[in-house]
Amino acid sequence: MLEIRDLVCAYGQVAALKGISLQVGAGQLVALVGANGAGKSTTLRAISGLVKPRSGSILFEGRDVTGADPRRMLGLGIAHCPEGRRVFPHMSVAENLAMGAYLRHDAAGVRQDYARVYADFPRLAERRAQAAGTLSGGEQQMLAIGRALMSRPKLVLFDEPSLGLAPNIVEQVLSIIRAIRDGGATVLLVEQNAYAALELCDHAYLLEAGRIVMSGPGAELIADPHVRAAYLGGEVETAHRIRA
Amino acid sequence: MTRHLPLSHLPLALLVVLALLPLGLSDPYLLNALIQTGIFTIGAMSLNLLLGYTGQLSLGHIAFFGIGAYASALTALGFDVELLFGWRVVHEPWPPLAGFVLAVLIAGATGYLVGRLSFRVRGAYFVIVTISFAEVVRLVALNWVELTQGPLALTGIPAMRLGLPGLGEMIFRTKVQNYYLVLAVAALSYLVVARFTRSRFGRAMRGLKENEALALSVGVNATRTLTIAATASAAMAGAAGSLYAHYFRIVDPDVFLFSTTVTMVIMVVSGGKGTLIGPVVGGLIFGLLPVALRPVLAPEAQWIVYGAVLILILFLMPRGIVPKLEALAARRPRAAAAQKPVEAESRP
Repeated sequence: MLEIRDLVCAYGQVAALKGISLQVGAGQLVALVGANGAGKSTTLRAISGLVKPRSGSILFEGRDVTGADPRRMLGLGIAHCPEGRRVFPHMSVAENLAMGAYLRHDAAGVRQDYARVYADFPRLAERRAQAAGTLSGGEQQMLAIGRALMSRPKLVLFDEPSLGLAPNIVEQVLSIIRAIRDGGATVLLVEQNAYAALELCDHAYLLEAGRIVMSGPGAELIADPHVRAAYLGGEVETAHRIRA
Repeated sequence: MTRHLPLSHLPLALLVVLALLPLGLSDPYLLNALIQTGIFTIGAMSLNLLLGYTGQLSLGHIAFFGIGAYASALTALGFDVELLFGWRVVHEPWPPLAGFVLAVLIAGATGYLVGRLSFRVRGAYFVIVTISFAEVVRLVALNWVELTQGPLALTGIPAMRLGLPGLGEMIFRTKVQNYYLVLAVAALSYLVVARFTRSRFGRAMRGLKENEALALSVGVNATRTLTIAATASAAMAGAAGSLYAHYFRIVDPDVFLFSTTVTMVIMVVSGGKGTLIGPVVGGLIFGLLPVALRPVLAPEAQWIVYGAVLILILFLMPRGIVPKLEALAARRPRAAAAQKPVEAESRP
């Protein structure tokens, strides 16, 4: 579904991605793990069109979409759930969701999707008139996910969805992401919480300093001595676990 | 929402009070001050559309106001100018209402052009572009004597006339008539801003201000959104300018004074930028403050008090009067209805 070939991205003189290649198959949940500054977020930003690649190519459903702008990528069915400030704080929950459907013009379909998001996230339904900035961190992340789903994406890019959330909320968020995959969408997940991501995914890529150094099924990476030493703290048992 | 009753009814309450005011008020000086305040409050509302909802500061906003004033006056007066290569343009006088419509359209069109040219460079650059633009327009008004009479001013501008079907023609000659005209346009402007900012497009504007990266990622076209906001804002300022021209019946290049832009910025910021009623509250305070101070203080002291009031407001209420009142109104009921999660206003 998504194929990246030799992608190079740079901020000024600093190369963030030094030629990475990866593939995401339709219906898969693919994880991109690695340390801070390895280039994970840059990869997602390049895919959604927020960063223009220096070279290399991005193919989505067989079409070359390298360097397309965010509106085009969204129109093709790619939704980006960025890290950090995830919501529009002064807008209500309902308005935040409406922003997710910004490019859509099928009012009936949008109404259906509101209902679906509210059914999936009852907390959001309760608070639909409340300013998003007053929600808890977990609720804001749910809202960000709901907003991404409002564009009816084929591919959802999640950037650090667990960042700054309480452990029990992290579990909840990750199981929602799995549910999205199970619902038929394709997911590309960027996570620092390597163990959780590796356990959740169908396939994983390990990114180090702008290069992909390893790839394979999640279990394979979990078993790898290098991954265990560098990313799982050597002690998988105490690392955060996610229910299967 | 019912618990926000006092504040959510503020616009309507203000409208009723302002509509009844001339009944008990016959002092022409006060009426004049109210009309002038109303005209500049419409200007402040238009500025708020840009400054409050997109975060872009236009320090040349008076240019659109002045363009509206000149466009309306020239449409109503007619003109006869010679352009390059002896090309002559003659315009016969049209009714003032046509002037109003043209003022809105022409000011809107210039707003569009300025937006198109300057929103590639945002923030400080936009501020500089708008200041320069206002200065250029002022110099044109001052020096293109054949069209604008330059410093001699356009005089004898006819009063606004409105043809009412079945009722004949209404001419806005007296102060009371003009007062209601300004009030009606102000109320309409308020509704337009309310409607505009709650639309899909308004969400895009606010989204850009609140979290630009996120707004772009959901597909908002930043340049286009800001340009449309600038167009709407300029058009509304043009409407205020037209009211100015047909009320004072005289327009000179001093309508482009930089200090008037500053006054409008003060009205918006003190009242609460990004709120609907904020510019109205700020406009009434800073429009009428000089009137209130005039009988008690010398002119120099008036400006000192004016400045002190501004500093005091911004010191005590950095986000403006209306957001502060909203915060106070939201706090009280939350304590009362403690266990149930309160549905707050969308703007805390």
